[in-house]
Amino acid sequence: MARVVVDVMLKPEILDPQGQAVAGALPRFGVTGVTSVRVGKRIEIDFAGEPDLDQARLIADRLLANPVIETYTVRIEDEAGGARPQPSTAGAAA
Amino acid sequence: MSVVVGVVTFPGSLDDRDAVRAVRRCGGTAVRLWHADDSLHGVDAVILPGGFSYGDYLRCGAIARFAPVMETIADAARGGLPVLGICNGFQILCEAHLLPGALVRNEHLHFRNRDQRLRIGSVASAWTNAFAPGQEIVIPVKNGEGRYVADAKTLDELEAEDRVIARYVGGNPNGSLRDIAGIRNEAGNVVGLMPHPEHAVEELTGPSLDGQGFFHSLFRHLAGAGAVAAR
Repeated sequence: MARVVVDVMLKPEILDPQGQAVAGALPRFGVTGVTSVRVGKRIEIDFAGEPDLDQARLIADRLLANPVIETYTVRIEDEAGGARPQPSTAGAAA
Repeated sequence: MSVVVGVVTFPGSLDDRDAVRAVRRCGGTAVRLWHADDSLHGVDAVILPGGFSYGDYLRCGAIARFAPVMETIADAARGGLPVLGICNGFQILCEAHLLPGALVRNEHLHFRNRDQRLRIGSVASAWTNAFAPGQEIVIPVKNGEGRYVADAKTLDELEAEDRVIARYVGGNPNGSLRDIAGIRNEAGNVVGLMPHPEHAVEELTGPSLDGQGFFHSLFRHLAGAGAVAAR
């Protein structure tokens, strides 16, 4: 399957109220010891032919993520559903 | 003695004041309940109002479900306390597993705000017993994530057990499966409804007075006159 997975996260220095709200709910059902929760997005992109990482990076950079406040990683998902990390795809995460 | 209805305010609730006002307009006494206070202060029934509790973060109603007041409400609901969840309140009841199914993004992706015609289904609930089966009413609907979904088996059970309390007619505003606008639990004390009866209780601001029927149903139920499911 020609699937590319893009993960988008807020940069560490950007406040994540959603993550904080989730973290705040944890003690209410007895979960303690969690110091931080951050919520991001996973986007699955299916290509008709071979997965096109350059196109995926373009999509991520132009639309899926706002590089001012977010980082993204792009990777090809293999047949088994596992992810093959792509060494050069975390450029915006720097 | 006047019936005392607790209306919960979560951070992000919108329609709590309208719900309080509707209870009072219909002849009840309204008490404000706070999400962080686990006491129900002796109320006879509870309304979970519309809005965007906890910002609707993660999923609508997912975090409100764990609010201290909700733990108490869930226990009391299992013991028969009448609970009405409207819009976001319906979402919270589903997340809390007090009602089956879930409410997801409207099929057409648009927020829908309009006066909506409904056909009353089951009147065997604490909140619908003052209606006639098949009665058509008009109350506002306003949601972005109001599409009721459940697996086919659950939907079949809801229908077989007469647990659909209202369906959309004259156009389904959000793509809800089988046009479901509201459902009840087995006992009939817990009802979830996506449209807003509290916005249809006075001529000046509502499209009808049809919303009053839900509150009058509660009063009848608590007076012992309601035809409740547990028979």
